[in-house]
Amino acid sequence: MIDPELLNYDFDEEKNGFAAPQAAVDSPALSSKEAMGRALLALGSMGIVLQVTVGIFLGSWLGILLSYGLLAAGAILIFLGRFQGTHPGIKHDGTMFRDIQNRGVLGWMLGMAITAFYVVLYFYDDLQNSWDMPPLLERPTKMLNPLAQLLSKGDANRWFLYGFLYTVAVCVFGFRMLLKYRHNKYQRFRTLSVMFFQFGFAFLLPNLLKAFHQPEFYFTYFWPLKYEYLFPNRIDTLKSSGAIGTFMVFWGLLATFVLTPILTWRFGKRWYCSWVCGCGGLAETLGDPWRQQSSNGQRSWKIEHWTIHTILILITVLTVGLWFDLGSWTASYKKSYGFFVGAIFSGVIGVGFYPLLGSRVWCRFGCPMAAILGILQRTWSKFRITTNGDQCMSCGNCSTYCEMGIDVRGYAEKGLNIVRASCVGCGICAAVCPRGVLGLENGMSPSDRFDGAQSPLLALTESIAASTVIPERKTMFPGTCEPGNCQCKEEAPES
Amino acid sequence: MHVVIIGNGAAGVTAAFRIRQHQPDWQITMISGESKYHYSRPALMYIYMGHMPYQDTKPIEDHVWSDKKIELLRDWVVDIDTQGKKLKLHRRGAMDFDRLIISTGSKPNKFGWPGQDLQGVQGLWGLYDLKLLQENAARTKTAVIVGGGLIGIEMAEMLHSQGIHVIFLVREKSYWNHILPPEESALINQIIVEQGIDLRLETELKEIIDNGQGQVGGIVTTSGEEITCQLVGLTAGVSPNCDMVKETSIATKRGILVDQSLQTSAPDVWAAGDCAEIEMPEGKRNQINQVWYTAKMQGEIAGDNVAGMKRQYEPPLWYNSAKFFDLEYHTYGQVNRDLNQELNLVWQHPREPKILRIVHNRAMETIGIQSMGIRLRHRVCEKWINEKQTPGWVLEHLAEANFDPEFYQRHEDEIRSYLGKQIQ
Repeated sequence: MIDPELLNYDFDEEKNGFAAPQAAVDSPALSSKEAMGRALLALGSMGIVLQVTVGIFLGSWLGILLSYGLLAAGAILIFLGRFQGTHPGIKHDGTMFRDIQNRGVLGWMLGMAITAFYVVLYFYDDLQNSWDMPPLLERPTKMLNPLAQLLSKGDANRWFLYGFLYTVAVCVFGFRMLLKYRHNKYQRFRTLSVMFFQFGFAFLLPNLLKAFHQPEFYFTYFWPLKYEYLFPNRIDTLKSSGAIGTFMVFWGLLATFVLTPILTWRFGKRWYCSWVCGCGGLAETLGDPWRQQSSNGQRSWKIEHWTIHTILILITVLTVGLWFDLGSWTASYKKSYGFFVGAIFSGVIGVGFYPLLGSRVWCRFGCPMAAILGILQRTWSKFRITTNGDQCMSCGNCSTYCEMGIDVRGYAEKGLNIVRASCVGCGICAAVCPRGVLGLENGMSPSDRFDGAQSPLLALTESIAASTVIPERKTMFPGTCEPGNCQCKEEAPES
Repeated sequence: MHVVIIGNGAAGVTAAFRIRQHQPDWQITMISGESKYHYSRPALMYIYMGHMPYQDTKPIEDHVWSDKKIELLRDWVVDIDTQGKKLKLHRRGAMDFDRLIISTGSKPNKFGWPGQDLQGVQGLWGLYDLKLLQENAARTKTAVIVGGGLIGIEMAEMLHSQGIHVIFLVREKSYWNHILPPEESALINQIIVEQGIDLRLETELKEIIDNGQGQVGGIVTTSGEEITCQLVGLTAGVSPNCDMVKETSIATKRGILVDQSLQTSAPDVWAAGDCAEIEMPEGKRNQINQVWYTAKMQGEIAGDNVAGMKRQYEPPLWYNSAKFFDLEYHTYGQVNRDLNQELNLVWQHPREPKILRIVHNRAMETIGIQSMGIRLRHRVCEKWINEKQTPGWVLEHLAEANFDPEFYQRHEDEIRSYLGKQIQ
């Protein structure tokens, strides 16, 4: 007999899901660190408001300390309070229940706020000229003058403000990652790496170059992500600015045509996307609370497939057009690309939509650098994520926390290597796997990763033509066939 | 040809896809009373703790079912007529089948404790238990969990994550010590306590007390201690779920009896997964395998046989993995099976929760490898055990079996020098 209570069970899990469980216990008291952190956040915000409205301490070191200084200190205290007393290990309790992390009201508000900030930042001049927008960024920029003077021997402009906020976000939320994954050396090293490259190469060095009257240059961004680095007029300007400028041209060419293929062959796409790149750096730090928002359905993969390669083609056509001076269309083409891809896609949508579509929208659907790295990774890299035998029990933590929306589980439960163009090698799937099934590995050669990997060109055409991503396997457990009488492959069954 | 599969767990789903692979035109119907779609049962705890939404625990995208023309029915099968090849469904009435696979899984054990049917007493097996746990937890400050196995510790972690005070009753002297050797078991005791769980070893449940409203008010242990609590988790193991089969002509013992091709005593009826009890040849003990991968394996065998092929189930070299709070555990081959020939080499990290164990017999053949806090490669360990490598050889090649993430602290040298002395 079946339990009559079971027979009456008709809860609709599809429609209703499972909300946050409640318990009859008091919610834990705010730790003193967290309380103090919140107070500092409030004071820091007040510091900004006072400087922007009344102008007290505006443009002084004290002003910076009493605004951004307090905000950063407050955030760090909150993170310390939150992870204090916890055991080293995966910290995802309640992730799916928090409004701000799950497209709730707060999530939408945050998404719109970041988007609005990017719109104002990118289209400041246009907005001022044609919409009569008040000079919103004038005082926030002026606040940073002492720092800008120290580093670049000039006043801050709004790009300095942007770089500063970006770097602070990477470092403060990087600190959070270091606490969250303090048990995992891969995550710690990787986080320190993105913090280092953002602070040193994307913030400090460009400003120092400016102080020494050298051209603005980011040594960690290459064509086609930083597309103008291979545009003819930019190369001319750099070359004409002297020895350092010439080195920059040389570095840009070396990075795109030599370093990228070699490093991707050796380590996979991750050497750049989750260790060096600034866009990746922000996604891996500030974006971490939203990584589970990336959709991992087949449909998203089909869209991603098209958009990212289209943008790669667009920028390649533009670059070739400029070099060969193919006509006057290139000028308006260049402007449109800068507007739609450079500003709208990579900035406004790429970061603004973190709380709505996950932290890698740009990297996954747009970035042409990621497209090149992806093709290399798919066809001739030694990198793969390996599956540990048949230990997978399909829980899906890996797929949920994959920021690139790869259905990692789909491979793991079949015992297959995961070789996907989009994988940035962040290693979170391996970290969250409760059965130790996934591992990032650089193998002996690219050809032992999947059937057909020994022929990169064939692998490329097959991956382009593929209608489904994850290959089917003839039999999951070949060992269970009768020895010498394996019928699971060839023999046709009865009809 | 109409194939009906009862149950949409790992075994049933694997079988359905296998049949479709071989037989594009057969009608396949899969019936479950628990959920519309297949989901990963081991992920129940992650839904509860907010690591994953329910939707993400479904390994197969919804559209695939209609793409593959596998019809899904949300209903309970209440009776099987093996002669007339008819099923009786709770909501829809009769249904005909040509071939049938029973993959109904397991159910939690209850041992007739007084008060075990009170509101607030429950196991953790399916989505209905998850729903129930949400309702029961809402009035809970203190929970008692009975039974020192894998589901017990998961339930402790789930409730503890909500701030509920969890008291964990374990009958044995040490957690799970009928499966785990003393060192591993002691390490988990320590982890449980460190996490803030009130672990009571050698403590058994005597009865559950009614609070006067038909709900749990507390429990009494066999030593007479009274504990006030609002929720009791019963996790004292599972047994094959053959409730619906018991009154039919299909032979059962502890589970549904099947031969090695997973066919039951009734023609055109197969059983696979936790519910099946496999009769082995040559007087070997019957197999009841209740882990995820054996369900998948048996589903594959049953599916192939239903589709007209001939395959036999041979249990593979035993392996398993689990996670106790933050501590990962991998085991391969025979470890602590009380074989009198079994000899152990054990290394334990002086400070961190890490253990490595190599088990061998007197002929110096490695028969088991087990680890805690270190990930080991399945294929490598399996190969070594199948090849009967010596423990010395295993120690020599230990690095090849390591599956920890990059940059993790490695211990092969320490392990080799510590254990190497013991085999000479």
